[in-house]
Amino acid sequence: MHQVSLLKRLAAFALMAGLAGAAMAQDAVKVGLILPMTGPFASTGKQIEAAVKLYMQRNGASVAGKKIEVILKDDGGVADTTRRLAQELVVNDKVQFLAGFGLTPLALATAPIATQGKVPMIVMAAATSIITEQSPFIVRTSFTLPQVAIGIADWAAKNKIRKVVSLVSDYGPGIDAENAFKGRFTAAGGQMAAELRVPLANPDFAPFLQRVRDAAPDAVFVFVPSGVGASFAKQFVERGLDKSGIRLIGTGDVTDDDILNRMGDVTLGVITSHHYSAAHPSAVNRAFVDAFTKAAQMRPNFMAVGGYDGMHLIYKSLEATKGATGGEALLAAMKGMSWESPRGPVSIDPQTRDIIQNVYIRKVEKSGDQLYNVEFDTIPMVKDPVKAAKP
Amino acid sequence: MPEQRAISMLTILFDGIAYGMLLFVLACGLAVTLGLMNFVNLAHGAFAMAGGYLTVILTGRYGIPFLMCLPIAFVAVALLGAVLERALYRRLYLKGHLEQVLFSIGIVFMAVAAVDYAMGSQQQFMQLPEFLRGRIEVAGVGIGAYRLFIVVLCALLALALQWVLVGTRFGSRLRAAVDDPRVASGLGINVDRIFLVTFAFGSGLAGLGGALGAEILGLDPTFPLKFMIYFLVVVSVGGTTSVTGPLLASLLLGIADVAGKYYIPNAGAFIIYCVMIAVLMIRPQGLFARGSSR
Amino acid sequence: MITPPNHSAIIEAVAASFTHATRWRALEAAFWLLPLAAVLVFPRHYLLLNEIAILGLFALSLDLVLGYAGIVSLGHAALFGFGAYGAALFAKHIHADPLLGLAVAIAAAAALGLVTSVLVLRGSDLTRLMVTLGISLILYEIANQLRWLTGGADGLQGVVMKPLLGAFEFDLSGRTAYLYSLVVLFASFLVARRVVHAPFGLSLQALRDNRLRASAVGVPVNFRLTAIYTLAAAMAGAAGALLAQTTGFASLDVLAFHRSAEVLLVLVIGGAGYLYGGLIGAALFALMHDRISALTPQYWQFWIGLILVLIVLIGRERLVRPWTWIAAARAAQRTARTR
Repeated sequence: MHQVSLLKRLAAFALMAGLAGAAMAQDAVKVGLILPMTGPFASTGKQIEAAVKLYMQRNGASVAGKKIEVILKDDGGVADTTRRLAQELVVNDKVQFLAGFGLTPLALATAPIATQGKVPMIVMAAATSIITEQSPFIVRTSFTLPQVAIGIADWAAKNKIRKVVSLVSDYGPGIDAENAFKGRFTAAGGQMAAELRVPLANPDFAPFLQRVRDAAPDAVFVFVPSGVGASFAKQFVERGLDKSGIRLIGTGDVTDDDILNRMGDVTLGVITSHHYSAAHPSAVNRAFVDAFTKAAQMRPNFMAVGGYDGMHLIYKSLEATKGATGGEALLAAMKGMSWESPRGPVSIDPQTRDIIQNVYIRKVEKSGDQLYNVEFDTIPMVKDPVKAAKP
Repeated sequence: MPEQRAISMLTILFDGIAYGMLLFVLACGLAVTLGLMNFVNLAHGAFAMAGGYLTVILTGRYGIPFLMCLPIAFVAVALLGAVLERALYRRLYLKGHLEQVLFSIGIVFMAVAAVDYAMGSQQQFMQLPEFLRGRIEVAGVGIGAYRLFIVVLCALLALALQWVLVGTRFGSRLRAAVDDPRVASGLGINVDRIFLVTFAFGSGLAGLGGALGAEILGLDPTFPLKFMIYFLVVVSVGGTTSVTGPLLASLLLGIADVAGKYYIPNAGAFIIYCVMIAVLMIRPQGLFARGSSR
Repeated sequence: MITPPNHSAIIEAVAASFTHATRWRALEAAFWLLPLAAVLVFPRHYLLLNEIAILGLFALSLDLVLGYAGIVSLGHAALFGFGAYGAALFAKHIHADPLLGLAVAIAAAAALGLVTSVLVLRGSDLTRLMVTLGISLILYEIANQLRWLTGGADGLQGVVMKPLLGAFEFDLSGRTAYLYSLVVLFASFLVARRVVHAPFGLSLQALRDNRLRASAVGVPVNFRLTAIYTLAAAMAGAAGALLAQTTGFASLDVLAFHRSAEVLLVLVIGGAGYLYGGLIGAALFALMHDRISALTPQYWQFWIGLILVLIVLIGRERLVRPWTWIAAARAAQRTARTR
């Protein structure tokens, strides 16, 4: 009797220890964060990484009893690398979430991995409309270009701008922006005088600006990658095009908060539409910007807020499932979630898993010695128009 | 309106000339290095980048006037070139082209990563002095002040280079060394020293070009890789045996590039590559070079 | 009195040396057992192994061109990328069988190699360098422009491969992918080995060392160069097709300059001119890349550049085959003594 009960107690103890050990091993929830930390899009990676760190610092490193472990990988902006890293993270590290994705091709390449591995994939930066359609496990917290481009198209139509020349960089997002703007603007009665596409590795805007001058439009709609906008704006002013009555409009990528100050006063008066400005006048945003600037020594931009909200989504979905990490359950928790982000109110569309958010019309103004995108108009809770238009 | 078209054409022409002049200053160092030392230095763009970043730092952080930074950039990068030549490059003169290519690619990678580490990967912005920022109207054709400045400065440089090459003793020694290093050294010409001076000078010119071009071409850590092909095109089309060859080639390239992008925007980038391949096929030593190829 | 040469003895000796060269050494057999062993030893790293196999095949194709024919190419990625897009487009629009797609990609890349070989024949080293670079840049631009076909900068999506041989699915762990790539690599290696040890291959080496003399002896220079370039193009295209098929994706990156630069580096690390160099270099490079980017994801390019510079300064021969230091030193001693 004694022996049996001793044995039983030992067995029970061993079982408990084993279970506890297993439970301890499972107590970490791993997030595979794949970002371009090197290469031409490294600024995106840096902003998002800083935002993720900030969120974890402000909200603690564990949720629903589970410790959050972020595994950061650099894909250098190359889609093959992103895909391989995602595959390794899912197969070897057994991550419960994939996050990041600085560019459209990176997200598109990884979509099949998310589907095959049944892992929620949180797109924090890429902005092409079709991304969320590539896998039922993709949720986006950044924005889509059409979503923000229609804002400026509407504004232009309402503000005596009849003739527009669009000038975009010749790659996916540029063409997306061009199509979105054109569709909305012409539907509102505007006229596209010319649609110029500039090679991505372009050193010099001279011939294109000459074309703009020849067409003599009311405004030129610009989409170029962040950083290039500065040299564009400079050459625009250098040619005296701003004095000739042609307004410079575009999406907020041109007046990226990250480099706005360095672009200088040539950008004053440029009107853009976007989903986030560091000057957004809400208490949540002011606290966010202050904390971010203190921690990372740089101003947060729309990439950072995409990363911040992505982490929020991860935390809240884990809370909703009480720590359970099945992909489908987490996804179900994410659909329809809504909260107050530093950018304003946001929610995740349950049908498309894309983000619904405000789009602001802003103007570049000086405040003290800093340049900011100051919001003066709001279009509330915009859904991605491309997917909304589909039956 | 034909008048409007004429004005557009003239503006494009002028822009092309400015762009071409910039390319010339950037690439002529490579042409001379290649012609003289038969050394394929793909890292030439790294020297240009060095000059550009140095100028950005001096004007931005220390407030040194832009015009003063130009000679500083030239001298500093020339010194850098001299040091590298003595330390590294001269061991590779006798090695094959493959080694030289690999070596210079290695240097480029190191330079790109080092600059990324030190300065970050975003575009750098140059603060130009006021008098270079405006625009001048000449018979209806708008001419940017900065571009005009570039054209004038580079034209003066080209003239100076041509004079040095043709009118000075150093120039004739250089030409002798290019034609036949063995005979030249047999005649008592210090070929070693000529290599050093020429390499340093060519690098200095690249640095100057980088400082001048940062405003128009953009400046970020990937600059050497982006513009490598442009320099190579100038050298292959213009040949390596003179100053006028690369000058004409750069002008041709600049105008073709700008005009091409204006008139046939979709084919913009193609034109350069196709021209280069066509020229290399027909005349491997370059369109404007005289004498035998190597 | 001079004894006349014994012709039949000479012919026999030459034939014997050919047979000797083509015989499989024990070291070679051991080498090929390694990738098979890797399946058992590293079951979690199929993706990395697959990458090594593909890179190895790509480097092998460059070895034929550079190591054996002496053509310095800065644009080998053009052939690689052409094969990748060919396989991806074939799978997406026509038929998703892997082997069929591989065959199509090989044919396409070989065709491109044949057409561009005309440009590569003429001119000096420098000319060839720039022409090959120009070709790959043009191809990159074309792929970028034909967005409706290639997906442009977004890349070509929706390439879902059917199971290999009807039975082996391309699974998430990458095992099928790795074994597939390995088999294709081995098959290509056998072909290369056969070609290189045949008289054709020897004539190529003669060509590489001194083109003028080779043509004076009667070697049809242009024909041989075109042939080897086309063969190498076919192999590079196969490597590209493998990449597209095993990742289900093709983007502009397959045509980018850094691919050409990297494969050159891989070949240099391993050593050109003896076929195994590309494979060894690929393994070393991929492992290095993996390790270094895990440590410093941001600046691994710096270390690669440093390695390149060091390799060139120390001398490729001495690094890869350290015994040549001793041989060279002895030879120098001998010549010093005989002076």
